[in-house]
Amino acid sequence: MSVLELKDVSISHVQGLEKNTVVHDVNVSVKAGECFGLVGPSGCGKSTLLWVLAGLNPHWSGGIRLLDQPLTPGKVFSGELRRRVQMVFQDPYASLHPKHRLRRALSEPLKLLGYKDIDDRLSEGFKLVGLADNMIDRYPHQLSGGQRQRVAIIRALLLEPKLLLLDEPTSALDMSVQAEILNLLNELKAKRDLTMVMVSHDPEVVDYMCDHAVTMKAGRIDKETFYD
Amino acid sequence: MTNNNSLIQVENLHIGLEDGTELVKGIDFVMGHERVALVGESGSGKSLTARSLMGLLPASLHVQANRFELLGEAVLSYSQRQWLQLRGKQVSMVLQDPKYALNPSQNIGRQVEEPLVLHQSLAKKARVEKVEHMLDAVGLPNPAKLRKLYPHQLSGGMGQRVMLAIALINDPQFLIADEPTSALDHAVRDQVLELIASLVEERNMGLLLISHDLQQVADYCERVLVMYQGQLIDQLPASLLSNATHPYTKTLWSCRPNIDKRGQALPVLDRGALATLTEGAAK
Repeated sequence: MSVLELKDVSISHVQGLEKNTVVHDVNVSVKAGECFGLVGPSGCGKSTLLWVLAGLNPHWSGGIRLLDQPLTPGKVFSGELRRRVQMVFQDPYASLHPKHRLRRALSEPLKLLGYKDIDDRLSEGFKLVGLADNMIDRYPHQLSGGQRQRVAIIRALLLEPKLLLLDEPTSALDMSVQAEILNLLNELKAKRDLTMVMVSHDPEVVDYMCDHAVTMKAGRIDKETFYD
Repeated sequence: MTNNNSLIQVENLHIGLEDGTELVKGIDFVMGHERVALVGESGSGKSLTARSLMGLLPASLHVQANRFELLGEAVLSYSQRQWLQLRGKQVSMVLQDPKYALNPSQNIGRQVEEPLVLHQSLAKKARVEKVEHMLDAVGLPNPAKLRKLYPHQLSGGMGQRVMLAIALINDPQFLIADEPTSALDHAVRDQVLELIASLVEERNMGLLLISHDLQQVADYCERVLVMYQGQLIDQLPASLLSNATHPYTKTLWSCRPNIDKRGQALPVLDRGALATLTEGAAK
């Protein structure tokens, strides 16, 4: 079963009245439980593609089926899909609210969805990613980069997503911390039966992590690789 | 290991905050006309050490050392004015991100020219010639046109080459490169490091290359210093890295993912064990 299917997808950035197409005719299918990698130099359109999958850019054309649901260009995600697709951003310093304690930042979506056992879920999440749960009442600036990225991963996983989008999750981190985060992601993938789409400019990270990867070049797919 | 033409001699260097917190806890090293990598995680004090060598620490930090010599001069007591004469002429620095380190409102030519204006008295024509020659030497195409461009018109790799041109235009004896490639794309990183190493070798300069990626810098340096939490915990020649004995160096050396490690967990640091190890070393 495929979690994600792209058929002749083109994506544009709209600035004022101008439309600049940056991704052209991408065809890809990602199976459940797979780690799918998008590699390429900066400016090749890999992050643009990821943003469409997260529902953050409505300016695309072609056909996308996400978690067995067809998407319509120009329409925002609705219902289940919003929870089932979650994203971890590149810069752990910018992706947490600097003036909110972690507890508040993390419990916001859970409150919105009407969960009752929020505190239990949070401390369970902290255990899952290997952080002490007394950190929950800290502010983001009191954590190191690696710890912050772990918190960003908890934030994404709290909503029990089926598809996890990772936008260069380790490129702002030290090499030794990168190893810790990659190990964590591999562990979670095995435990939670997650499907992951990972963007990276480091071919070695993708070689290590992914089961299936495409290399992009100037907005098109240049090479598709299946690892076994 | 003292020789007469050593560029840097540091003995028992301490850098601390006013409240007594020590950030760099007594490190010693000597380097001559060679390429040395200073490796460690963020927060290990490697950038502070490098900045102290340029006299660029904020006034809120206290620097103490038994011996702190740069090019044979005791620079610890230098005034700002004395530093200004040294910096950019005898020692210079390349910073991490060209997007922030270059002045967005000045064209490239003017920024590359600035060290010449400050440290040499050359006629305008000679300066332009030197700037174009330097831009050519760092591998940038069409220097005459490039001189008139602004930083936002360049890619990251080109920006970093411009930074290098600025640093090298006065033929300094010593270059510090503080994470020169971590803002760049993977493919461009090796090109820039290669360029730095070859230019430094050509000019017979000393290079202190700071990085958190041990494997990447190892190819471009002769010697490696490893820092952890303000201490220099290991130093060894780059050729012996693959059989390093210190557990921290070992992990840093092997934690980079690659295709052969698929399905295995990557080695990570055992921070608890390291803490006892470094405490033991301090005593």
